[in-house]
Order: sequence, then structure tokens, then C-alpha cells
Amino acid sequence: MSEPILATRNLRKNFGALTATDDVSIDLRAGEIHAIIGPNGAGKSTLIAQICGGLRPDSGSVHLLGRDVTADNTQARAQAGLGRTFQISALAMEDSVLENVVLGALGSSGNPWRFWSRALSDTSLTAKADAALERVGLIEHRNTRCAELSHGQRRQLEVAVALTLSPKAFVMDEPMAGLGAEGSKLLTAFLDQLRSEAPILLVEHDMDAVFALADRISVLVYGQVIATGTVDEIRQSRAVREAYLGEEA
Amino acid sequence: MIPERLLNWVVFAGLLAVPLWAIVADEPFTITLVTRAVILAIAAVGLNIALGIGGLVSLGHAVFFGLGGYAMGILAYHAQTYTSLDLFGLSLAGTKSMPIIWLVAVVVSALAAWVIGLLSLRTSGVYFIMITLAFGQMFYYFAISWSTYGGEDGLSIYVRNGFPGLNTLVPIQFFGLCFALLCIVLFLNARLQNAPFGLALNAARQVPTRVETVGLNPMRLKLVAFVISGAITGLAGALFADLNRFVSPTMFNWQLSGELIVLIIIGGVGRLYGPVVGACLFVALEHWLGALTEFWHVYLGLILLVIVLFARGGIIGLLTGKEGAHV
Repeated sequence: MSEPILATRNLRKNFGALTATDDVSIDLRAGEIHAIIGPNGAGKSTLIAQICGGLRPDSGSVHLLGRDVTADNTQARAQAGLGRTFQISALAMEDSVLENVVLGALGSSGNPWRFWSRALSDTSLTAKADAALERVGLIEHRNTRCAELSHGQRRQLEVAVALTLSPKAFVMDEPMAGLGAEGSKLLTAFLDQLRSEAPILLVEHDMDAVFALADRISVLVYGQVIATGTVDEIRQSRAVREAYLGEEA
Repeated sequence: MIPERLLNWVVFAGLLAVPLWAIVADEPFTITLVTRAVILAIAAVGLNIALGIGGLVSLGHAVFFGLGGYAMGILAYHAQTYTSLDLFGLSLAGTKSMPIIWLVAVVVSALAAWVIGLLSLRTSGVYFIMITLAFGQMFYYFAISWSTYGGEDGLSIYVRNGFPGLNTLVPIQFFGLCFALLCIVLFLNARLQNAPFGLALNAARQVPTRVETVGLNPMRLKLVAFVISGAITGLAGALFADLNRFVSPTMFNWQLSGELIVLIIIGGVGRLYGPVVGACLFVALEHWLGALTEFWHVYLGLILLVIVLFARGGIIGLLTGKEGAHV
């Protein structure tokens, strides 16, 4: 088994008496989509925050490409190759679609300290941005103001911004949230392709999408990973049914 | 509705035409009045970079205005009294040369903005406003008690400082100098706003988390914006002191910081010409209403109220029919 691209080792995070993350160790291997599912309040968002750098774990570590990044902040992890999309779109609403994606390209160039040249005339930035917009199917909206996009289009734009970073691993927090059936289908097909470029850690509530996409699934309940396995293994696991799928075993 | 670009040119032309008319009509005081508006506009353009693009509501920009003023006052004071300025064991001569004074004003203000920004940017929202205000008051009370340079009475400079090739005592020539500087500052602002830095800063105002997740540091972007902003306001301070040939602790007063914010809001936050329109209106009101009543600020307050309630894009937003600066 090759070394995982992204891994957590014995992560633990307490909020007072509540243990939000309880000894979580998960792997994201090259070429896979690893889905994390769990009921509301299971600690999925807390886990994502610790992986991406917004929250410091009480103990345990996060590894990216074999390197311990636990002490790094969000920016450093992004520079190291972590591409993230948000559950609630975090986009510059006043700016155009293109400007939002150019921001990503600018981040990946690592040099925002240019005060004179026009950002939107810089072809090294716009070419990368346009390529990302092309891939998610937003290219005809490149000059639309972000606030005027539909909810689904904002989800697409989230993905496009992450693409400009050419990340080594994606962390996607409910990318399907609020999408219609058609939108979910399109995004599912897109993510299916994307995994060959970089593996995806996918937090998702849409079970159809998870079962269609995931190579492996980890089930998080009360901060603990109660099971990790293939789609079939998880479907058949008695513990998962009891804890999560809500069926009397 | 008027296109914003056209409106900007109208303001620009008006600012140039009024003093030229004043020469013909022999109204030197009008020239001084417009010069005052131009200088306040430079200060506000500076603040607008932090406030409009970076979203940093600084209630302490009088610090930089005052530092610019005192840079001019101290250098010119030593030149006119033929005394030396002893600093860190060095014995420096004063100067009456504007370019040197401007350079000192810009460097000192930028340094102060860097230190104040570094400390203030750890906070945000109302705490940021309060910390910048606190720094402003520190400088204000320091200047009051600094008896070497006049304390509460300030410093008078007998002859306006010089600029190579110009007679700065002629109002229109000094106006021309200030106007040229305003043009340069506006041009810098326009370039910066559309440059990669401006794009990143603009995003850092709206969604700092996004800026972090693409690997950029929103705080550092804001700090650099704050330094540029402070440096420009410092330059305006040096010009303002030269206009009045007088500098006093009132230049550090927080009322001035507030007025700069008010005139930006009236003109249009984040708009290139917002501070210019605001400064012109402010000086006009101060002059005409001030002649009618001591309480002219009441009317300024009413205008501010109407704009905040009904025209969030300021006067420029109202005339161009666009509410947001980045629409």
C-alpha cells in the first residue's frame, strides 16, 4: 500500500465536556474518493476544520504528502497542496466569476504583491482561471457578478476556485448541498473524473452521490470513526445500520 | 444616469476650472478654498484605500495627517530658526524644501501605519475602530504636551516651503502642486485597485477565509494596504500644514479622522472619485454654511443621514445609479 496523500493520526478535539473528534485516524490514498458520512453533530465539520487548518486539534496530527502539517495554518496547508470547498459558499459576492477564480490563480502563483499591472490582463492568471471555468461549465458566465449566480452555479464556482490551485488533495464539504437532482448528477460525474487528478475527501449528506462515488467510506458517530470500508462493507455493517441508518438490526 | 467615468472627468475638470476662473475674477481666496479641498481629497483617497478596498474602518487616520503636518512643521521650524534637529545623536539641519519634507512625511507616516496596523489588525470590527482611535488620541495628547514644538499652541511657519522652479506663495502655483499630487495619488489608486494586490485585498475584505484557503495571508494584505493608506494621508498632512503655514495638535484630533470617514461616505465608499467629491462638498459646506451659522455641522449630519439611509453608494452612487462600488 502506497503512502496516503492526506492522513490524520489519532486526532482529538474537545469542546469542554464534549468530545467532538475522538481518536480519528483516516487516510486518503491516491486516486480515491474517500467519503465521510455521519449524522448531524457527528463532528464532520470539526474534523474538516482540523484537516484544513482552521482549528487546532488537542492531540494527534495531520499529514499531507507524508509531511506533518499539524502546526501549519490554513494558508500554509493551501500552499502545500490542499484544495478546499466550503459547505456554505465562501465567494466574493461583489466580484465577477472571473475575479473569484483569478484569486485562486493568484494564490497558486503565490505573489499578490503586484501593484501596477492589471490582474485581469495577466494571461498567466486568466488562462488558468478560464481553464478552470471551462471545466466546471461556467465559462459563459465569466463576467457575471457572483451574487447573481444561482445556488448551483456558486457550488460549481467553489470547485473551480479549488481547481486553480492544482491541489494534491481535495477536501470538499458537502459540495452537493442544495443542488437539484440534475445538478447533483452533473457534479457527481465531474467528481468521478476528478479523482484521477487528485484524491477527494468528501463530506456529503447525499447518499446517492456517496454510494455512486466513494471508493471507501468512513462513518463518523459522536466524533468516532465506527467503521471504514468499501460501499458494500458499509452497507452491510451491522454497527453502521444501528448507529446511523437507523434500522433495527 | 451618468456613466461613472464621465462623472469623474466632470469632477476633475471642475476642480481645475474653478481656480482658473478665480484668477480671472481675481478671487485668490477661492483658490485657497479649492486647494484645501484638494488636500483633504488626498487625505481621503489615502483612507479610502484602507476603508473602501480593505474594509478597514480606521478612526485613527488623523495620526498620519498629523505626522505629515509635524514633519513639515518640525523641519521648517529648525530651518527658520537656524537650529539643528538632534535625533538619535545625529545633528540634522531643518529644511524648507517641499520634496524632502514630503519624503519625510511619507516615510514617517508609513512607519507609524506599519506599527499601528500590526497591533490593530489583530482585532476587527468595532475593536479595530477603538484601537485606531486610541492610537490617535495617544498622538494627540503627546503633541499637546510636546512643548519643544509649541505644545497646545502649535508651530507657525512664517514663509511657505519651497518647490524648485515654483513660487509656492502664489496661490495658483501652490494649488497646481497639490492638484498634481492628487492626480498622481488617484492614478496610483486606480492602478492598485485593478492590480493583483487590489483584487486580493478586495477579496480579503469580503471573504478572508477564502483568501486563506487559496494560500494568501489576508492580514498581511490588509497591513500593506494600511501602510500605503497612511503614507498618502501623511503626505496630505504635510501639504495641509503648508497651506495654513501652521501646525497644531488639532491635526491629530479624532474629529479629523471622523470627518475623513464622513466625506468618503458622502462621496462614495470604495469609488475612485468618492473622496474627491466628498472633500469638495465638505469644504463648500464648511465655507458657505459656516458663514451662515456656527452650527453648520448639523446640516452635514443631515446630509450624512440621508445618504446612509437612502443612497448607500454616496453621491457618486446616486448620480451613476449604482449602489455598490464594485458593481
